Amino acid sequence: MTFVDENLLSILIWLPVLCGILVLATGDDQNASMAKKIGLGSSVVVFLLSIPLYTGFDVTTAEMQFVEQASWVERYNIEYFLGVDGISMPLILLTTFLTIIVMLGALSSVKVRVAQYVAAFLIMEGLMVGVFSALDSILFYLFWEAMLIPMYLIIGIWGGPNRVYASIKFFLYTLLGSLLMLVAFLYLYNVSGESFRITDFHDVPLDITAQTLIFIAFFTAFAVKIPMFPVHTWLPDAHVEAPTGGSVILAAIMLKMGGYGFLRFSLPVTPDASSDLAGVMIVLSLIAVVYIAFVALVQQDMKKLVAYSSISHMGFVTLGIFLFTSKGLEGSMVQMISHGFISGAMFLCIGVLYDRLHSRDISTYGGVVKVMPKFGAFVVLFAMANAGLPGTSGFVGEFLVIVAAFEISGVYAVIAALTLILGAAYTLWMVKRVVFGVITNKDVLQLEDLNRSEFAMLGILAFAVLLFGCWPDPLLEVMHTSVENLVQLATLSKI
Amino acid sequence: MEKIYLAIPLVCLLTSIIVGLFGKRVGRTGAHTLTILGVLISCLLSIYVYRDVAAGNTFNGSVYQWLQSGGVSFEIGFLIDRLSATMMVIVTFVSLMVHIYTIGYMKDDSGYQRFFSYISLFTFAMLMLVMSNNFLQLFFGWEAVGLVSYLLIGFWYEKDTAVFANMKAFLVNRVGDFGFLLGIAAVLYLFNTLDYATIFAAAPGKIGMQTEVLGFDANWITVICLLLFVGAMGKSAQVPLHVWLPDSMEGPTPISALIHAATMVTAGIFMVARMSPLYELSETALSSIMIIGAITAFFMGLIGIVQNDIKRVVAYSTLSQLGYMTVALGASAYNVAIFHLGTHAFFKALLFLGAGSVIIAMHHEQDMRKMGGLKRYMPITYWTCIIGSLALAGIPPFAGFFSKDAIIEAVKFSTLPGAGIAYLSVLSGVFITAFYSFRLVFLTFHGECRMDAETKSHLHESSRSVTLPLVLLAIPSIFIGMVFAESMIFGDYFSDTISIFDEHNGVSLWESTLQGHSGAFDLVKHAPFTYPFWLALGGIGCAVWFYLISPSIPAAIEARFKWLHTILINKYGIDTFYQTVFAGGSRALGQFFWKVGDVSIIDGFFVNGTARAIGLFSNFSRGIQSGFVYHYAFAMIVGLLALMTWYLWL
Repeated sequence: MTFVDENLLSILIWLPVLCGILVLATGDDQNASMAKKIGLGSSVVVFLLSIPLYTGFDVTTAEMQFVEQASWVERYNIEYFLGVDGISMPLILLTTFLTIIVMLGALSSVKVRVAQYVAAFLIMEGLMVGVFSALDSILFYLFWEAMLIPMYLIIGIWGGPNRVYASIKFFLYTLLGSLLMLVAFLYLYNVSGESFRITDFHDVPLDITAQTLIFIAFFTAFAVKIPMFPVHTWLPDAHVEAPTGGSVILAAIMLKMGGYGFLRFSLPVTPDASSDLAGVMIVLSLIAVVYIAFVALVQQDMKKLVAYSSISHMGFVTLGIFLFTSKGLEGSMVQMISHGFISGAMFLCIGVLYDRLHSRDISTYGGVVKVMPKFGAFVVLFAMANAGLPGTSGFVGEFLVIVAAFEISGVYAVIAALTLILGAAYTLWMVKRVVFGVITNKDVLQLEDLNRSEFAMLGILAFAVLLFGCWPDPLLEVMHTSVENLVQLATLSKI
Repeated sequence: MEKIYLAIPLVCLLTSIIVGLFGKRVGRTGAHTLTILGVLISCLLSIYVYRDVAAGNTFNGSVYQWLQSGGVSFEIGFLIDRLSATMMVIVTFVSLMVHIYTIGYMKDDSGYQRFFSYISLFTFAMLMLVMSNNFLQLFFGWEAVGLVSYLLIGFWYEKDTAVFANMKAFLVNRVGDFGFLLGIAAVLYLFNTLDYATIFAAAPGKIGMQTEVLGFDANWITVICLLLFVGAMGKSAQVPLHVWLPDSMEGPTPISALIHAATMVTAGIFMVARMSPLYELSETALSSIMIIGAITAFFMGLIGIVQNDIKRVVAYSTLSQLGYMTVALGASAYNVAIFHLGTHAFFKALLFLGAGSVIIAMHHEQDMRKMGGLKRYMPITYWTCIIGSLALAGIPPFAGFFSKDAIIEAVKFSTLPGAGIAYLSVLSGVFITAFYSFRLVFLTFHGECRMDAETKSHLHESSRSVTLPLVLLAIPSIFIGMVFAESMIFGDYFSDTISIFDEHNGVSLWESTLQGHSGAFDLVKHAPFTYPFWLALGGIGCAVWFYLISPSIPAAIEARFKWLHTILINKYGIDTFYQTVFAGGSRALGQFFWKVGDVSIIDGFFVNGTARAIGLFSNFSRGIQSGFVYHYAFAMIVGLLALMTWYLWL
């Protein structure tokens, strides 16, 4: 097993990519069920392989672990440099975990171009793990951009009627942001003595002007990705048009890359600019929390509603990050992980309904629990988690961020805590109109309850949501040292 | 012993999960047998723990670490003392009664197993709430009981009013929780821990700490107390966050008894009593609490008079009684508040279950105008309801007399600002309470039968599983007051779990006026020399006169004071106001943000505008590159002329 141990991260990146290519080879839809099986099987294998990242993780050090380093383009000191710390490791596990869920979802919901669909997700899984484990900025950039391609295809091919507008909007928005990030990398390469290593970027001294410019470059990349107000409008469009699996990965993992970027780049590379601009970031985050919640309240399309709800929840992530305290940072990390489960589950639930009635309009439904009791129970559970009910993972992050915000300013905490009311309002109002009430639409009477694979995927997520809600300690335990280290880096002046 | 503490809530959780997940497999009998067994075990163990605590064995310890962040450890743990042990016994006993009652009440319902699963889950959550030794777990229990309340109010999910009521309940409670969570954040900020014992020990040292709220200087302890109380206002339905409780009556009656009368709604009262070492440090907070309680006690009682739905009368009565408890808290009579909480739990659960028994007999008709004369058909229900009503009205020597009288006396001797108004309110409340309680009894059980012949022909006393809990609850409704009056009001019942400063202690002033005659028997003997006694009798007398002797009077009064009746029937317009301003306003704001902010400005102007601008610009630049030489030559000449002009003339 030494080969696996020594190259664990590489395996987690390239194995799913290889499996994806293999699935492509199964060809057209005649072999659809085989493609699905290979997809599910390989995602399970990859997840099992990723477990040693957690079990073998040393919680006492903030150093990178599972490091792999090899020279790649010697002329420019570009390296194939991988490694994880307490910030990236949980996100990698989230990625491998959710890919299984997406594959389970694909079993009953994808009907056309199945092999390509499965392959796109497997390849994307590898690329996403790459983003979270790359420690060379050029390698990071490659994974970051490459990941857009499968997602662009997923929205553009399996998407809804307005998919072209949505996928182009998605692509241009995020591409524009990341180009500036590349410029920042090149600048940092020059000032850091020709190194592209992210860890070297952390140590390079920068004056405040340079820091501010770099911060803005990073901001455009990460704020679009996460997304922050006011660059969030691509997300609802992308979600509405994306197929269920695409929405799940988009909400559950791709958004987290924005948060990860802030943690990995903005805070440690430009600490002074970050703290100078923290006020702006906090205000934007709070706008996201409140303004977007109101927007979510009036949505008629379930997917749009959950998409807006995601933006509102991501407001907590950015709020927590720019408080520069360990409670705030850990709160945002937990919020990212938990949102991965909850938003993924919400989109899957909507997918379950969409597969049956081909409508995402709230008004189509009503009284669903009467014919789909199991499904109804899951929806209520995930809705409560979305509303941040204690005992579900949704509470943990919000709680930590709110108490951390209170330490900085009572006003921040008061505005952030409004989510208790607003989050419950938009979520439960949707639940009331979709799940409860009298059945008015005759089609709803024909609905069948969850089948086995749907039950499995929602059941697994429900378990995760409750587990981390009742006992989040194992999740936070691995973060502490890395977060403490990050707090130090972020509060140490570089000028 | 720790294992027993752990077993008490967990056994309920376990049965709830089994019945919830495998409802079909365990069947109806399996469902009620399992859950009742679970609650029975939990009740017996609670009694065991209660006796153990009475013998002096208290416990304060952690079960496991929930998480640790920023150097603070957040834990799940138990604090077992006189206060929590008392609550545990009340909760599990009432829950047991309600479980048994449900067998009869829900016997024809298709959601039988689901119902049992929910009420067991509720018992678990409520136990976690009262047994907690820290704010975090308190909040867990707090929200979990809210969740179960949400599920149970909307139990009949096909009823539009029910699913509206459950959302309303949850959201209004969330407004309270908003304050509560900020209160917890403030506690954490000030004390850097959420553990009760540590906080109470450190609190006196923080008394001088000031902060600024909206530009005003404020004391930290006051801020914390008020924020936490906002949470209590939500859960314990105090004005202006009371609107959810009457609507919660959409849920099945057993849970109205358990959750919306006896246990959950008293969580706020319990919380403030638990926090007495903090509240004692802030007279501002105490005064505000007393005034809010007084407003609730008086104005909600008035609405109770005009209600015709049997459950709603009891619901408004609950609101009013919760107001009494809150007033007691404000007067620093925490022990009395808990005493009233206890007696109220028994007699109010009894009244609700009695109302439920009537509702079954009436085939789910709840309008008292269509009842009457049920006394003959339902003797057990009738007599137990009489007992419950006497206890509620505060007639000696029934349970409510002792606790309510103590509240009134405590307020009378309180020196805090607002005590005068509060005293008037609770005093006049006695008359109102007695009046509407017996109005209910007379309209339902006396007079002629006003129901249709069909219903009348089926009238009969409810089954044993319904009447047994009624009888078992009637017993404490009579005796519990006498048994505990002396030790709970004047004695050392709560030992050091509740702290009262001497200068706030109205009860001790009252005790000194009694000159040593403070036994239960003395109190009863002394009753005829106090206002409340005569007010209660007056209330009952009026009810007798209005509803037994000359039933035409109420209609005449209603016609004469039409405006007052309209105000009361519309619940002072508060619900309508909230519905228009908050619900409607939020939707309008959401539409505005969405249509104007997102769609027009961000997407319309910036995003698509950029795309359009690029398009226009490329069209324009495409036009310039026409490929005709004379176009280029013309542009050159014009440019040359312009340059020459600039050089020569400027």
